[in-house]
Amino acid sequence: MGIWQACRMAIKSIRSNKVRSFLTMLGVIIGVAAVITAVAFAQGSTQSITERISSLGTELIQVSITGFNTNRDVTWEDIQEFTYENSDAIAAMSPLVTSNAMVRRGRNTVNTTIRGVTADYSMIQKQDVQQGRYISDVDSDFRQPVAVIGSYVASKLFEGEDPVGQSIKFQNRVFTVVGVLQELNGSQQGTEDDQIIIPVSTAQRVLRNAYIRNYNFLAASPDTVDDAMERIESYLTEIYGSEEMFRVFNSEQMLETLNSVTGIMMTVLGGIAAISLIVGGIGIMNIMLVSVTERTREIGIRKAIGAKRINILAQFLIEALIVTGMGGVLGQILGSGAIWTLGRLGIVPAVYSPFWMMVSFLISLFIGVVFGIFPANKAARLNPITALRHE
Amino acid sequence: MIRTENLRKYYSMGDNTVKALDGISLNISKGSFVAIVGPSGSGKSTLMNILGCLDVPTSGQYYLDGVEVSSMNDNQLARIRNEKIGFVFQGFNLISKLTALENVELPLIYAGIGGRRRMQLAKEALESVGLGNRLDHMPTELSGGQQQRVAIARALVTNPPLILADEPTGNLDSHSGQEIIDIFKNLHSLGNTIVLITHDDHVAMQAKRVIRILDGTIVDDREVG
Repeated sequence: MGIWQACRMAIKSIRSNKVRSFLTMLGVIIGVAAVITAVAFAQGSTQSITERISSLGTELIQVSITGFNTNRDVTWEDIQEFTYENSDAIAAMSPLVTSNAMVRRGRNTVNTTIRGVTADYSMIQKQDVQQGRYISDVDSDFRQPVAVIGSYVASKLFEGEDPVGQSIKFQNRVFTVVGVLQELNGSQQGTEDDQIIIPVSTAQRVLRNAYIRNYNFLAASPDTVDDAMERIESYLTEIYGSEEMFRVFNSEQMLETLNSVTGIMMTVLGGIAAISLIVGGIGIMNIMLVSVTERTREIGIRKAIGAKRINILAQFLIEALIVTGMGGVLGQILGSGAIWTLGRLGIVPAVYSPFWMMVSFLISLFIGVVFGIFPANKAARLNPITALRHE
Repeated sequence: MIRTENLRKYYSMGDNTVKALDGISLNISKGSFVAIVGPSGSGKSTLMNILGCLDVPTSGQYYLDGVEVSSMNDNQLARIRNEKIGFVFQGFNLISKLTALENVELPLIYAGIGGRRRMQLAKEALESVGLGNRLDHMPTELSGGQQQRVAIARALVTNPPLILADEPTGNLDSHSGQEIIDIFKNLHSLGNTIVLITHDDHVAMQAKRVIRILDGTIVDDREVG
């Protein structure tokens, strides 16, 4: 008896019990769909963050002051002087004061991130203006109430009107829009297009944030990154007397951290998916055992007319494989639909991973073998005489 | 065709040993039509299981078509059943999810006979029992007599040297039962070897030879008709 014939028998038996077969498959369908959706979610969210971090280049160094020193704190002036003295390794520096605010223009409002920076921030973040001008050092020196807005903010507040020269209001103050930032992420919420840049000195006053805790540096070249970081660390250590009072990191380290986080996320998701697939497999074994008992007489008949053990074993094993295989394919379809929906809703970019689709399909077949072999073997070993007497 | 020497089958039931067969020696030649008769508990079912290669004896020899089968393993027995024996059971034992044609094809599938030829053979077998117009009927759509005829077609389809029928008329009314017996008679006249197991004397007397067994031994063996 050929494999093809065994497949036809198995399909016939699956079709004669459609509802039961589908319910049996459901465990595998949900398991596989969960695996590929979870993986796509992890990969999609990682991808968009990774892209942004790498687009900043490896020259970005971020410093944040986490501790207080009762004797002396580092000031903006100190950092400016330090930057000037180390201009061989550091190309640019900007302080960074961040807050969230509800911004108004007429009846339109938008909730966005306010960043207080200096003119160099444009170079450091590699984001220039597409319209108007960036904030200047003069704006900082005179605490000018001017703002450069992201394209998302512009579209929400001005709805296609030219924002330059117009007024917006937040924190009970009126700001004049002097420019619109270059669009980097398709004017989407929560990206670099969803922010407002103002002079750091203005921000300190408006946001009541007198002390600057964050500085962004741009290394002179990728080769001077390590040198620049070392100099910043030793300078700050000298002032604070401890390395615990501040953090210095650059985009490469951030990527490494991100990758390890992604790795953990994938492991956890993989574990959960594995459990759901095992549960699905147990369901299959359970139903197969019921099916063997139910079909004892049929097995007896088949044996009486010449079926060997291997024929019966193959019949039931192939049946389990077809159930899990179909479950695998339906799970892929369901999972791909979920990924597409997530992508359409803009929650995460839709990432289809052929590798994980293949892996989850193979796992579902593997489960068919593992959980099908026991019931199939039970059927194959039935004694034909007792099987024929079975009612 | 069939030769057994001193077949014994013992079952141990706790402390007791039940002697289901206690020294059966018989010869059945090719082309004969034999009825094995006995009351229930006489051992005729055990004999039928052994003759049908569904079971092996505790001791003794069994030669089927010149082959010693009493010491074969599961797979060898399955092959012998497929090639040399056609079974007809009291309860028809058709697979309810398969059509008449598919049921008849089944032994050929296990014999490894493919596609078109298999369907052709199965069709011919069904035609020979007068069911050429019922090929695609499910067993539940057929009467008892028709189901038993499908079962006979299934037994015939591999053209086995031995047809073994276990109470083939037991579940049928006397009219359908007689039709089945007539089919066996016809098969006998075509040269098939038929062993029929029954407790019904009326059925047994239509065979050419009647062997009576009681308590696992042969008590009578005579030609009739």
